[in-house]
Parts: sequence; C-alpha cells; structure tokens
Amino acid sequence: MRPAELFRVAFEALRVNRMRSLLTMLGVIIGVWAVVVLVAIGSGAKSMVQGEIEGLGSNIIFVVPGELGFGAAPTVSRMDLDDVALMRRIAGDTRVTSSLTSGETVRAGRQEAFATVVGSDENVPNVFKRPLAKGRYLSKIDVETRRRVVVLGSQTASKLFGDVDPLGRQVAIAGGRFRVVGVYAQVGQSFGQSRDAELQIPLTTAQRLLNASRVDFMAVRAPSAEAVDGLQKQLVAALSDRHPGDKFSAVTQTELLGTIGKVLGALTGVLAAIAAISLLVGGVGVSNIMLVSVRERTKEIGLRKALGARQRDILIQFLVEAVLLTSIGGLIGIGLGVGTALTIAELSPVPAVLAWWSLALAFFVSAGVGVFFGVVPARRAGRLDPVIALRTD
Amino acid sequence: MTPALEAVDVTRTYEMEGVEVTALKGVSLVIENGEYAAILGPSGSGKSTLMHLLGALDRPSSGALRVGGRDVAELNDGELAELRNEHIGFVFQSFHLLARTTAVDNVSMPLMYRGIGRAECRRRAVAALETVGLGHRLDHRPNQMSGGEQQRVAIARALVGAPKVVLADEPTGNLDTRTGHEVMRLLEELNREQGVAVILVTHEPEVAVRARRQIHIRDGLIERDEATARPEPAAEGDE
Repeated sequence: MRPAELFRVAFEALRVNRMRSLLTMLGVIIGVWAVVVLVAIGSGAKSMVQGEIEGLGSNIIFVVPGELGFGAAPTVSRMDLDDVALMRRIAGDTRVTSSLTSGETVRAGRQEAFATVVGSDENVPNVFKRPLAKGRYLSKIDVETRRRVVVLGSQTASKLFGDVDPLGRQVAIAGGRFRVVGVYAQVGQSFGQSRDAELQIPLTTAQRLLNASRVDFMAVRAPSAEAVDGLQKQLVAALSDRHPGDKFSAVTQTELLGTIGKVLGALTGVLAAIAAISLLVGGVGVSNIMLVSVRERTKEIGLRKALGARQRDILIQFLVEAVLLTSIGGLIGIGLGVGTALTIAELSPVPAVLAWWSLALAFFVSAGVGVFFGVVPARRAGRLDPVIALRTD
Repeated sequence: MTPALEAVDVTRTYEMEGVEVTALKGVSLVIENGEYAAILGPSGSGKSTLMHLLGALDRPSSGALRVGGRDVAELNDGELAELRNEHIGFVFQSFHLLARTTAVDNVSMPLMYRGIGRAECRRRAVAALETVGLGHRLDHRPNQMSGGEQQRVAIARALVGAPKVVLADEPTGNLDTRTGHEVMRLLEELNREQGVAVILVTHEPEVAVRARRQIHIRDGLIERDEATARPEPAAEGDE
C-alpha cells in the first residue's frame, strides 16, 4: 500500500473509535505535557538565576569564610576589618566591598517591617551594579565616622514610607535612629533573597549596633576577566596566612554560574525523567489498546490477507496506527505544554524557555513510543493465519 | 495451457488440542480456466479446507498444489499473498465488507495491495461496481445497502483485480431466494462474459446444480466429480 493510503486507513481507524483513541492518547498527552512544562520552567529558572548573578556586575569574586556551596554548613565568620584592609591592599582600595548582615525589625513612624540590615561601605557602586532611585550611596566618611545614615532597598522604602519621599526621614533600627540618605532602584533578588527588602548602613555603625567586630562577606571586583583567577588565589592565600587553620573561599561569578547551572540542570533532568515515566505508562496503554484492536479486527485482518495483504502490509498498517496515535498525542501534549509554560511565565517571575529542539525531541520521542509499544501488537496482527482469522466471529 | 488450479493427492492435517485431525485425505483435482464448478458437501466434509487451499490461503500437508501453475510449497508468505492478490477473487457467505468504508474503497482494496495509486484504484473500482450494476451506490457504506447489494459489492471486489478464479463460499447463504438468484446470475454472467473460472462452495444441491461440474466431497475425499446432467440453465427460465 502506498504511504498516503496507509495514513488514511490508520487515521480512519482512529477516527472510528474516537473516544477510545483520545483516552489512549491521554497517557501520552499528559506525559509530553509534563515534560515540556518542566523543561521549559526548569530552563527558565536556570536562565533567571544566571541572569541574576550576571546582573550583579562582572568579574566579581565573592569571599566568604568556610565553604561556599549548596549544603555547606554556615560558618561564623572570623574575618574582620583588618582582613578588609588586607583585601584592599591586594585588589585596590575601591575594588572591595564588605558587609555584615543581620535581620532586624525596623520602624518608621507607625510602620514596621522586618528587614535584612546590611552593614556596608562606600564601594557598593564600584563593585556591584546597584543603581540608586534617589539620594546618594554610603560614603567613605559615613563609614569612618560611624554615621547613623541608611540607604533603603526599594521594597523597604515603599513599606515604611509608602508614597512619601523618605529622603531625610528617620528610621529606627535596633533601637538606633538613622537618617535616610538614599533609596536603591529595584533590582530583584539574588541567592534567594530579595535585595529590594534590605537596608544598608555603614559597616562600622553596624558593628557597633550589633556589638560585633566580624565581617561576613566581601566582594572583590577584578579589573578584567583575565585577572579574576590570579586575584582569586591571591586573596585566599592572604586570608589563610592571617588565619592559619581556618578555611576561606573565594568564588568567582563563573564558578557560581557553573554550580547553579549544574544543580538546576540536574533538578530539571530529574523532574523531566519522572514526567517521562508517565509517557512510558502512556506507551503501555497504547500497546494494550492496540492488542485489543488487533483482536477486534481479526476478521478484517483475515479479509485483507485473503485479498492479498502480506504479513508486512498488516504489520505496517497497525504500526502506523500506533505511531499516529502517539504522534497526535505528542502534538497535543506539546501544544498544552507550551500553553501552560507560557501561562506560568506570565503569572510568575520564572520565564519559560521553549527551545525548538526540545519540542522537536518531545515529538520524536512520542512517535518513538508508538513504534516501541506498537510493534508487538502489529507483529501479532501480521502473523495471524488468514484461515483462522476469517473463521473468527 | 496451464490449468487455473491443480491439486495432486493433496492432504491437510490439523492439530486440534493435541489431536491430529485429517481434513483432506488425498484430493486430486484440476480446474481449467473459465470453468464453472461447484464443490459440494455437508459441513465437516473438508470442502472449506479445500477452498482455503485452492484459494492459496493455506498450504497442503502433503501433495502438490499449483495455483496458476505455481507450486504453493515453493512460495513464501509474501509471494503467496501476491499470488492470491493476482490470481484469486473471494466471495464470502457473510460478504466480509469493511464497515464504515464506502463501496468504492472496499472494492479498491485488492488493488491497493498492488501499490496502485488511489485515483487509478478508484477508476477501476468504479468500473467493477458498474459491471455488477452498482454504479449508483459508489459511496454508500455497507450498512446503507441491502444484503444483495453488499454481495454484489463483494463480487466487484473479487473481480476488480482481474483474477483467473473466483472462489465463492456459500455466496447465497445469507440472502433470500430471489436475491440469491440474482447473485448467482451475476456470477454466471461474469463466468460467461469474462472467462473467469467460478468455483462455488456450497452444501445446497439446488445451488450446485447450476454449475457445469459438481465435485462432491465427503470425509476428506472426492466422492464424485461429474458434469451436471442437465444443460446450463437459461438465466430467464429459472424464476
């Protein structure tokens, strides 16, 4: 039989049993749907996080005590202002920013909010991409003289002051009164924390307020991409020298991107694999229904053989039917998956990444499921003895 | 000239639940081109088995069977299917039309398996349907047609591939007497005008008597093989 005719006959057979075909397809539809959505959202999450990290600035090295990595135990920092000075000697005075972080309740008038209070310094704009909405950054003088000034994240600003201009107003932090000198523009989140919900005060002021001398974190901006690796080693060596026996990590942006990419990639892979199991179950359903169909159509098979159909003709006829079933299911699943991914992207901050190759792959996998699960019933059909098949009633 | 069908001492043995059943015990038979013969016998006589063998649907357990001069023992399944397709046309008691498929598409099927394109298949199927007087029923489905019309579609399907032999298995068994006569007249007309050998397989002597030759089967053997005593009935005088 000619290919066009094969498809016509197979399509007709599926159309006749519309309800059954649809229900059989459902397994494949759901499987493909789930895979497409998970891959799109997983890739979206990955590109979002990577975008956030890249959005911090470029050529940044993060210096933290202990290990930086997923699952690493948090370490109480032993770094202090002397270490900051050391880093500045190595990397340059304006290329290092340091911070000390604490969650505090902050108040302005009757408005209260829980916010991340970050002790910071004048180098924030030199290291990170952190535009201001209004006012100014913290200055060197602010840090040296332990001024009680604060720069608000955009979200904190609107929580505490609403539509009122916060510049020059007072904010109470851990019992101390601070004057607002600047408000950051909205930047979103990084490392799972909204940076818009923080407020920054001079590092020295923060140390006194929290009665601490430690520095939690430093970020160093290398002058060029080529300088990153050398600088990274220098920084760690210098810190280890000063604190023998303690461990320090200096992680570059590239490393961070790689790690996060790997973790999210693996997560997406695992979820997609789980979704693919339902595709497999769908395939078993196809196999099952094709076996039923072969049995029901035994007489038709006998007749076709009597009229000159070869074993191969019958096998191909049923195989085409199975593949058509799963391919149509695959297309519907892809359509639903794309729709769902776009809807999720619309309603959440996670973008959907719909790579054409992943959709093409989903289609070919569903067609492949048809071949794989259709071949046993199709062979059974092809091998039927026409004499016995014709006799069946 | 090569006979249409030739069986030499053919046996056929089945295994049914471990027990060997011999349906044909040694049948020799020659059907010439253009013959009109009836294979007659009670149920269980082996006449269905013989029909399946003559129709190249089955292979003998022993003996030689030549369909269109070709020994079926030497053909594989695919070649046997091709032989069936080109050489034999089947007409069944219960019509065996595909439901939900139009008359034209039903008739086209043997040609489809020859790899002939759809347009050409349709052209020839329409011609075959016109031959059996169903030019006005081309796109009707079996459930929209009477039993007689369905059997005529089946005859068109048997003829469309221009076979040498039409094997008709109780072709009137599911039809009333009048329609049965019409179907028989159609088969006889095709036999006369197109030179197709027609083999009726039946248990009804009154049907078999219309053929020019009667082959009586009993217990897996040919009991009698003789020319019908009275001349071929005139088509008009039979009603």
